[in-house]
Amino acid sequence: MRTTDIARVSRVRALQMVNLAKSAHIGSSLSCIDILSVLYSRINPTQSLDRQEYVVLVSKGHAAAGVYSVMSSVGLIPLEQIATYCMDGASFSGHVSAGQFVEFSTRSLGHALPYAVGRALAAKRKGLKIQIYVLLSDGEYDEGSNWEAALIASHLELNNLKVIIDRNFLQSLKSTEDTIRLEPLADKWKAFGWSVETLDGHNHKSIEAFLSTKSTNPSVAIARTIKGYGVSFMENSIE
Amino acid sequence: MRNHLVRRLTSLARTDEEIFLLTGDLGYGVVEEFEKEFPEQFLNSGVAEQAMMGLAAGLANSGYKPWVYSIANFPTFRCLEQIRNDVCYHNLDVTIVAVGSGFPYGTLGYSHFGIEDISVMRALPGMKVYSPANTLELDFVIDSCLKYGGPKYIRLDKGARSTFERVANPSALTWAYKSINNSKFSILTTGTILSEAIKAAKLLESQGILVEVHSVPFVNSEALTIEMLQNRFVVTVEEHSLHGGLFSCVAEFVATNILNTKVQGLGVNPLKLQVTGSQEYLRKIHRINADAIYSLVCLKGN
Repeated sequence: MRTTDIARVSRVRALQMVNLAKSAHIGSSLSCIDILSVLYSRINPTQSLDRQEYVVLVSKGHAAAGVYSVMSSVGLIPLEQIATYCMDGASFSGHVSAGQFVEFSTRSLGHALPYAVGRALAAKRKGLKIQIYVLLSDGEYDEGSNWEAALIASHLELNNLKVIIDRNFLQSLKSTEDTIRLEPLADKWKAFGWSVETLDGHNHKSIEAFLSTKSTNPSVAIARTIKGYGVSFMENSIE
Repeated sequence: MRNHLVRRLTSLARTDEEIFLLTGDLGYGVVEEFEKEFPEQFLNSGVAEQAMMGLAAGLANSGYKPWVYSIANFPTFRCLEQIRNDVCYHNLDVTIVAVGSGFPYGTLGYSHFGIEDISVMRALPGMKVYSPANTLELDFVIDSCLKYGGPKYIRLDKGARSTFERVANPSALTWAYKSINNSKFSILTTGTILSEAIKAAKLLESQGILVEVHSVPFVNSEALTIEMLQNRFVVTVEEHSLHGGLFSCVAEFVATNILNTKVQGLGVNPLKLQVTGSQEYLRKIHRINADAIYSLVCLKGN
């Protein structure tokens, strides 16, 4: 299946999951489903987690419906399992939880990037050819731990670490710029010593190209997205 | 003690390439030896404890055994959620070392008092909490840590401490420095405050009151035995808050096992946290020194 098809199927599944579970954060899931589809297509379902060439870490753990729907679409988890999303006792909870093909739980923001720096450093020191991918939200860049990790990754020249920021400009209560201004975000990352690219977060070719680009330092893509993408009345809405 | 720990780690790293020492820009004159010999198993993460602890989790999930070194509250409270979510929830092999627990940095004030760490660390799932009194106990603690693949916390005093003669070994986990048959009184301590308990026991002995002294380097109910507590008056002494530390641990054990034991705790006085000074001075101010222990046991003994 092409990644665009994976995204299309996953959008419908995520909506069904959230509707069935009467849960939240559908807008956050829809804004990053294209990115997730490209990222998870790189995971080999026939290999165990510790033998993968790519590590995908989703820092915005509240996009769990998006993550699980994409994981089911690429054959990493069975479809019937995600039907239990957010049900009592289910393995697939409202935030991304460690389990099959998920090595790290992210429920609180600002945790995945420091962890990813540890994974990338370990791969370097052990001479392993692993690529570490992290999906960050934009609102969570308020967290100081992300800035700490950005400093360290650049200092250690971890070019096996790639970050994609789901730049939908909306956080919990208002726009990111009305909350705590992030712009000029690209300049901030550049000043921290990262390779920075700005791209359309719904364009799969651009995302693929970013992941395939080699650099001498860690790199970040500021992926412009639309929260609630694909559902007209949800787009760019915080409601 | 910190030098002893890093020397042990350096020697362990010679046969174990997964030992990794992380520091939050602390340990001048302590960590260099390790860094020089094993630069590929060392990182100074800078003054960034949250990232340091998350990074440690990432290293641990890549097969390393990270030892995270810093002072008192920095590798604990400053990055508590990283310890809780990243390390403990994923049950990772990370050993946190906090130097200066209690009042060794007493002249620096409350920010540098390590006096709530046992309680907080003890509440975390799977976390094993160690508080050795001297280098002999520290060796035992390091050996225990190497056998356990989950999260561990070691609180250390700052300076080197003399090692005490080990009197008896009632269990593998609790150390008897003074053992007496059918003693009415027992003093239980954790950490280097043990020296105050031994001093008090000698003073009491000169007054004809015989007391046992036990050190509890592994602060866990598993370390306690019914025999050492039953039918006694027990005084717990800790350079730590009375809420959730050794006193709580002993009280929980006594209540759970319905023992005939009276427990009184000597610990940090929350009303005197503005006072700064040397470790010796603060132990006196907080009434956890030999004199305070002596007075309490005398009061109960008469």
